[in-house]
Amino acid sequence: MAATATREEIEQRVFQALEEFGAEPDQIGPDAEFEALDVDSLDLVELAQIVEDDYAVQLKGEDMEGITTVRQAVDLVMSKLG
Amino acid sequence: MGVNYRSDSDSAEAVVKEIGDAGGRALAVQADIGDPEAPDAIFKALEEEFGPVLVLVNNAGVRADGLSPQIDDEDWAKVIDTNLSAAFRLTRRALRPMIRNRYGRVVNIASIVGAERANPGQANYAASKAGLVAMTKTVAAEVARRGVTVNAVAPGLIETDMTEGIGDGLLQHVPARRAGTPEEVAACVRFLASGEAGYVTGVCLTVDGGLTA
Repeated sequence: MAATATREEIEQRVFQALEEFGAEPDQIGPDAEFEALDVDSLDLVELAQIVEDDYAVQLKGEDMEGITTVRQAVDLVMSKLG
Repeated sequence: MGVNYRSDSDSAEAVVKEIGDAGGRALAVQADIGDPEAPDAIFKALEEEFGPVLVLVNNAGVRADGLSPQIDDEDWAKVIDTNLSAAFRLTRRALRPMIRNRYGRVVNIASIVGAERANPGQANYAASKAGLVAMTKTVAAEVARRGVTVNAVAPGLIETDMTEGIGDGLLQHVPARRAGTPEEVAACVRFLASGEAGYVTGVCLTVDGGLTA
């Protein structure tokens, strides 16, 4: 749940989602760029939705603007949890 | 299946019963879709009962006719809110489970009035329905790669309470020389809502006896 999620847990959840979207598992890592992973805008919308559902945080379109790497996405979720 | 209604619970329950008699499972859900909170409430009620909702038919519609100089802000807003904005809010909410499930069907009930044809006295209605078709096409393109289709059905002159009295002069222009039936519209909705229609998306299927041909 939201209050107890660790950075590692969120990162793992994001990795898992990216794999679901078809990203190559060996290319997924904190510094991977979404573009290089072939993750598109709809994938990011779905990622935001997964995070909202699993961690009860609200992510708006403007929150996701400028988010280009996995690390930035995890940072964003952590900031919303904090 | 969920059957949403605003005030006519008897009719909603009759539909639920008919579905039950045919071997299906249905639930009547009261909500005024003009309320921005309604989509979430409706979907949560249905998700609790049936699991993820993977088919949405937006068929709520209102009219508030008048020649443009006489349509006041309230009548303009009411029609746009119900016919267009509510349909968008419901679609937006519906897309969440559909995208996650890699499957979904959205069918919006539009009209030949608007994108296809002018009907003096219905500037608000026409704008709402033309907007609905535009929304249909745009959302369809956005989510197609997730196995979610979004289509519209545009009825012409159909025998319903809502069209009573407005079709008399129009009938002579309908090549089929008769009004359509709700069942004929429903058949189109059923096809677009089916698994078989998986490669049909972003279209507006006209059901008008040839009126706009």
